[in-house]
Amino acid sequence: MNLMGLFRSPQNELEKGGKEAEEQGILNSCPRCGVRMPITDLQENLNVCSACGYHFRIGPRERVFFVCDEGSFEELEGDLMSHDLLDFPGYDQKLRNAKLASREKEGVLCGTARIEGEPCALFCMDPNFMMGSMGTVVGEKITRLFEYAAENRLPVVGFTVSGGARMQEGILSLMQMAKTSAALKRHSDAGLFYLTVLTDPTTGGVTASFAMDGDVIMAEPGATIGFAGARVIEQTIRKKLPQGFQTAEFLLEHGFVDLIVPRSEQRQAIAYLLRLHGPGANQQAAGDREEASL
Amino acid sequence: MNAYEKVMLARAKGRPTGLSYIHEIFSGFLELHGDRRFGDDPAIVGGLAELDGMPVTVIAMEKGVDMKEKVRRNFGSPNPEGYRKALRLMKQAEKFRRPVVCFVDTSGAYCGLGAEERGQGQAIAENLMEMAGLGTPIVSILIGEGGSGGALALAVADQVWILENAVYSVISPEGCASILWKDPKRVKDAADCLRLTAQDMEELGVVERVLPEDEGCCGAIKEGLIELLPKLLALPPQDLLDRRYKRFRAF
Repeated sequence: MNLMGLFRSPQNELEKGGKEAEEQGILNSCPRCGVRMPITDLQENLNVCSACGYHFRIGPRERVFFVCDEGSFEELEGDLMSHDLLDFPGYDQKLRNAKLASREKEGVLCGTARIEGEPCALFCMDPNFMMGSMGTVVGEKITRLFEYAAENRLPVVGFTVSGGARMQEGILSLMQMAKTSAALKRHSDAGLFYLTVLTDPTTGGVTASFAMDGDVIMAEPGATIGFAGARVIEQTIRKKLPQGFQTAEFLLEHGFVDLIVPRSEQRQAIAYLLRLHGPGANQQAAGDREEASL
Repeated sequence: MNAYEKVMLARAKGRPTGLSYIHEIFSGFLELHGDRRFGDDPAIVGGLAELDGMPVTVIAMEKGVDMKEKVRRNFGSPNPEGYRKALRLMKQAEKFRRPVVCFVDTSGAYCGLGAEERGQGQAIAENLMEMAGLGTPIVSILIGEGGSGGALALAVADQVWILENAVYSVISPEGCASILWKDPKRVKDAADCLRLTAQDMEELGVVERVLPEDEGCCGAIKEGLIELLPKLLALPPQDLLDRRYKRFRAF
């Protein structure tokens, strides 16, 4: 973490900022500590607040840029788009807005890539597309990715961000939880590695399906991760929730994530895990066992 | 009858609950308790029984009948240990190649502090994944409320049946109205839009059968199971799993 931001005083008018600069899109303020910083600095710091370490939500292309080897990402199923299957009021408009806001066609980006040379299949959900909600197309893209990865003997790395199942597709969204789970089970049964990286927020039907089924579950610092929304729980139990409830750190403490890795260290950590689970590693291990038994 | 009236019927006081189906349809029900991890969740009951002489594993969500029972059973909203108990019993069934029959009736998995601490999401996720690969037949019957992931966690099955006045939904109409329209009064609109009735399920291909709710209901379920389960059991395990995969792959 870059601690400099804590001690620096604003160097110029731009850094001091003001509403105007923020509105012009030159400055961004940290939702946690309120410090204003130039967008260029923020991007250079992987969209992590240099003052308090808050991890900003980022889109899938940026994820790919931060994590994958340059030029290695090849998108799969990029043309699949959702339709208003149930004539749900306002859904068409919501989809149009989501496409504009995210500049993507759907709420998940899928493809193949290399991370420090290690090949993998990759999916990144998109907080700017209806908060990464899972409808039939998100479910289909992830299912196809697992099927592709199983066929081509690739590990899967999945970055999750989601408010849960997409209400506007009703029961068909719920079925995506079963569909994706079935596909990842086949991938898993083929002896292949699946790593999930839970980012802010990962909730609802995505937590209750493929997010929590990774062989290794990584989380970003401070990410909200849970099944039910905090407000719903408070209404149910009629109590205030404790500080830090449903954060990545809370899940680590309760045994539901393996490790918390800051964005700046993710590439290296993911590459190391891929290497440990790579085909080479397996063959060598099998060879060693054979030798040992002779 | 509009969709919201169906929701009301599915939740109605006096509607038969999970255990009553077990007792009507099977003989010699022996309840088995606990998830071997944390505790025993009274919102999900499970155990062994016989169906026309065939050993089966039965699992049901149970809302309770009188107020004391309802409270004890958390109104049929399972905690993670309920799902883990169900999975333990399913794995046991797989070992002995017994078919599994599940009765689903819940407004949803419990939204509580302890449920989150003990991994509600993880428990459901694990059930979905493991049920997709369980090497023994599974039939799930929606008898009342099919509340989202908490219901699906017992409904990744070879066949899914639904009673004519039961509902199945990704979110409650109340939740949908308040999240989407910030207006809890639009609950009837939400119920319509969500397409959650048994008839919708049949149309959307989510269920194989809609069962009429008359005095012959349990008899029809029993006959249906006696006919179906041996056929599913006779399939080579890989065929069974391939069919289940295709069933959910279609959505």
